[in-house]
Amino acid sequence: MIYPDRATTVTLGCVLGGAAILAVLNQLTPAASAVHVPGFAVSLVGKYLCYAILALAIDLVWGYAGILTLGHAAFFALGGYAMGMYLMREIGARGVYGNPTLPDFMVFLGWKHLPWYWHGFSHFGFALTMVVLVPGVLAAVFGWFAFRSRVSGVYLSIITQALTYALMLAFFRNEMGFGGNNGMTDFKDILGVPLGRDSASVGLMLVTAVVLSAAFLLARAITGSRFGKVLVAVRDAEARTRFLGYRPESYKLTVWVISAMLAGLGGALYVPQVGIINPSEFAPANSIEAVIWVAVGGRGTLAGAILGAVLVNLGKTWLTSALPEIWLFAMGGLFILVTVFLPHGILGLFAARRSSTAPERESAAAESAAAETVAREVTG
Amino acid sequence: MPGGGTGWRRWRLPLRAVMLGAVLSLMLAMSGPARAGSDPFSDMASTNFDMVARGVSALAVSGSPRAAPVIDALRDSRLFAWRWPRPDSPLYIRTAKGFVDARTGAPVAAPPPVNVRLVIVNDSVRSAIAAAEGALDLTSPKKKVRLDAAEELYQSAEAGALPLIEQALARERDPAVAGMLREAHAAALLKSSSGSVSARLAAVHQVAARADLSTRSLLESLQGQPPPVAAAIQEAIREIDRRLQLWGVLENVYYGISLGAVLLLAAAGLAITFGVMGVINMAHGEMVMIGAYTTFVVQQLIAASAPALTDLGLLFAVPAAFLVAGMLGVVIERTLIRFLYGRPLETLLATWGLSLILQQAVRSIFGPTNQDVSSPPWMSGAVSLGGLTLTVNRLWIIVFAALVLGALMGVLRWGGLGRSIRAVMQNRRMAAVMGIRTPLIDALTFGLGSGIAGIAGVALSQIDNVSPNLGQNYIIDSFMVVVLGGVGNLWGTVFGAMSLGVVDKLVEPFAGAVLGKILVLVLLILFIQRRPRGLFPLKGRVVEA
Repeated sequence: MIYPDRATTVTLGCVLGGAAILAVLNQLTPAASAVHVPGFAVSLVGKYLCYAILALAIDLVWGYAGILTLGHAAFFALGGYAMGMYLMREIGARGVYGNPTLPDFMVFLGWKHLPWYWHGFSHFGFALTMVVLVPGVLAAVFGWFAFRSRVSGVYLSIITQALTYALMLAFFRNEMGFGGNNGMTDFKDILGVPLGRDSASVGLMLVTAVVLSAAFLLARAITGSRFGKVLVAVRDAEARTRFLGYRPESYKLTVWVISAMLAGLGGALYVPQVGIINPSEFAPANSIEAVIWVAVGGRGTLAGAILGAVLVNLGKTWLTSALPEIWLFAMGGLFILVTVFLPHGILGLFAARRSSTAPERESAAAESAAAETVAREVTG
Repeated sequence: MPGGGTGWRRWRLPLRAVMLGAVLSLMLAMSGPARAGSDPFSDMASTNFDMVARGVSALAVSGSPRAAPVIDALRDSRLFAWRWPRPDSPLYIRTAKGFVDARTGAPVAAPPPVNVRLVIVNDSVRSAIAAAEGALDLTSPKKKVRLDAAEELYQSAEAGALPLIEQALARERDPAVAGMLREAHAAALLKSSSGSVSARLAAVHQVAARADLSTRSLLESLQGQPPPVAAAIQEAIREIDRRLQLWGVLENVYYGISLGAVLLLAAAGLAITFGVMGVINMAHGEMVMIGAYTTFVVQQLIAASAPALTDLGLLFAVPAAFLVAGMLGVVIERTLIRFLYGRPLETLLATWGLSLILQQAVRSIFGPTNQDVSSPPWMSGAVSLGGLTLTVNRLWIIVFAALVLGALMGVLRWGGLGRSIRAVMQNRRMAAVMGIRTPLIDALTFGLGSGIAGIAGVALSQIDNVSPNLGQNYIIDSFMVVVLGGVGNLWGTVFGAMSLGVVDKLVEPFAGAVLGKILVLVLLILFIQRRPRGLFPLKGRVVEA
C-alpha cells in the first residue's frame, strides 16, 4: 500500500498538471495569441517525458539496486523499434513504392516476403506486448547470466555498454530487416489518427504524461515495499544481505527486468513523437547521457530522475540551437560538477537545506536503517 | 591512408605486365628476318612514328649497352636527330654536360640547333618505350630489376615472349632470377600452341608450385589442352585452392595479431590506470586521440622548421606524445580523479564528461575533419613471405607494441617509480609509512598510463583517421581487453588483446566485419559470466577490497 506523501503529490501534480496546461494552451488558444504553445513545443515536451520514463527506469536500478547501467538506451531503442514496426505496417500501401505488405526499405532492398519476425506487428496490441516483452526478455537473459555469476560494479557497467554497442552494430546491418542505417521513418498514423497534426502531438504527449505518472507510482510502490527495502540493502551491502539469507541476484534480476520494460515503454512513446527510429539510438553515449540526467536530478529519489531528464534536455535543446559549440563542454562540465560537487543531485540540495544532518551521518544512518530492515525481515 | 599506396602497387604490376606482353609479341613479330640488318638507331631517327616505335623495340632486344640510355633519352625528350635525311642518320643525346653520340656515348660538339630536331613521341611510341623498358630490365645488371621483369613476364604469360625468355635464360647466372624466368617460360609455354604433352605437364607442375591467385587464373584461362594436361591443371587448381585457403587463414592470423597489437597499445595504459589504480578512465580514448594529434603537430612543426628530418618525425612524436598525454594525465589526476577515489561509478561518469570536453576542445582547435598525418617511406609498402603479403606499417606496429610493452614492464619491474607504484598498489598504508609519497605516486601512475595512451595515439595515427572521434572507436575494445585479461596483470592484457584481435579477424571471413564484431562482443559477455574477474585474476584478499 502506498501512502500519498508530499513528494509524490508534487511530482504527479507537476507532470499531469503541466501536461494538461500545455494541452489547453495548444488546443484552446488562437495561434496568434501570446500564450499559444505551438505543436512542435508540445512534441518536444512529449519527448522529454519519454526521456523521463527512461530516467525513471535507470533510477530504479542505479538508485535503488546500485546497478550502474550504461546500456539502458538499448531497451529504450528496442521498445522504439517494436513501435516503429507497428507504425511501418500502418503505412500500408501509402509508402513510396506502394507495396501493401512490405515497408519501403524492404522493397528497396529487393525483399520478396515479410520476414517472420515482422508478422503480427500490424496489430497494435501485439506491438504493445512486444514493446515490453522484447526488452524484458533480453534483460532477463542478460541479467540472469550477469547477476548469477555475480558480475557487479564497473564490470557490469562495461558489459552493459558492450551489449548496447553490439545491438547498435547489429541494427546497422541491412540484413537484420530493421531498415539498417536509415532505420524507420515516414510514419503516417497511429491507430488511425494521422501523425504530425497538433491534435496527435497533444494526445501523444498526454498519454506519455499519464504513462510517466503511472510508472512513477509503480516505482514508488516497488521502492516503498519490503522488496524495495531489500534492494537498498543489496545496494549498500550485497555480501551482508546474502549472508542474511537473501538471494540478491533474484532481487536484482526482478528490478532489472521491470526497469528494462519501463525503458521499452518510454522508447515506444518516443518514436511516434519524433517520427523516426534508427540504430544511433543504441549508441553507448546515449545511455551514459541518460545516467547523467538521473545524477543531476538526484539518484535514488525517482522524482529527481524526472526532474533531471527534463532539465538537462531543456538545456540541451536550448544550447544546441543557440551555442552548438558549447553543448559538449556544458555536458561534460555537468558530468564533472555533478559527480564531484553534487553527489545527491538537485533534490539533494533541497534535502540538505531541510535537514542539517551531515552527509556522512546520513549515509551511515541509511546503511544501518537498511541493515535493520533486513534484520527485521529475517527475524519477522 | 597508407593502404591506398599498397592498393595502387597491387594493380600497377599486372597493368604493366599486360602492356609489356602485348607489345612484346608485336615487337617480336616485327623483328623477323625481313628487317634483318636494319639499324634500330636509323629507325629511331625517322620522322615516322611507327618506324620510331619499331626502332625502340628492336633496340630493346638487341642487347646493346646503349639501349637503356637512348630509350631513356627518348622518353625524357632529350634525343635529337638530324633535321633532314642523311645516310648515317646521326642521333644525339643532350645531357647535363653537353651532347653525346647516341650510338657510341662519346661526347660530341653541340650540333647547330638549326640542323637538329627533337625526336618526338606519340602513344604507340610511348607504349613501345614502356615495353622496351620491361625487356631492358631483363638485361639490367641489378638483380632486383631482373627479378621484377621476370615476374612481369610471368604475369603476362605471352606465348610470343618465349624467344625473349629463352635468350634471357641462356645468359642468366643468378639462380633466383633463373628460377623466376623458368616459371615465366612455363607459363608462356602453356599459353603457346607448341610444346609436347610431357613438356606441358612439367610446365603445369612448375607453375602450380607458386600457388598464388594469378597462377590460378592463368591455369583457369587455359583452354583446349590435351586430356592428361587438362586433368593435371584441374588437380593443380584444387591444390592451389587448398594452399590459398591455408595462407588466407595465416593472413587473417597476421591481421588479428596486428589488430591485437593496436588493442594492446590502446589497452596497456588502461591496464595501468584501471588495473593498478582501479580508476575507470573513460577519457582514456581521448588520451590516445591527443597522442595522435600531437603526432600531427610534431609533423607540422618539423615540416616547417627542419624538412630534412621529415622521415624521422615519428621518432620525435613518440616522446612528445608521451609527455603531452602524460602531463595532461597528471593534471587530470590532481584536479579531478583524486576527489573520486573509492567511488568507481562516479569516476566513470566524471571521466566520461571529461572525454566530452576534450573531444570538443580538439574539435574547436583543429576542426572536425580528419587531419592528414603522413607515413614515412620506411613504414609503407609490403613484404611477401610465402603466400603472405604483410603490410610494413602493420609490422611496425606489432614491433612497436612489443617495445612499448617491454619498456612498460621494465619500468614497473625494475624502475624506482615502478617499485613505488607496485608498493602503493599492494599496500597503500604500508607504503606511506615507509616514506613513499602516495599522492605523488598516484599522480605519476595516472600520468604513466595516460602517457602510454598518448604513445598508442602515435601508432594509431598511422593506420586510422586522426579525428576528434578517434578515441571513441577504441575505448570499448580497450575495456574489453582489460576485462578479458584480468585486472592488474600486464600479461593478461597481452593475452586479452591478442585473443580479441585474432578471434575478431578469424570470425570476420565467415560472418562479415560487423557480425564478427557482434559475435566477439557476445562471446565476451558470455565469457565474463564464467570468469567475472578475467582470465588472470589477482588472487587473495585484494580481490574483495
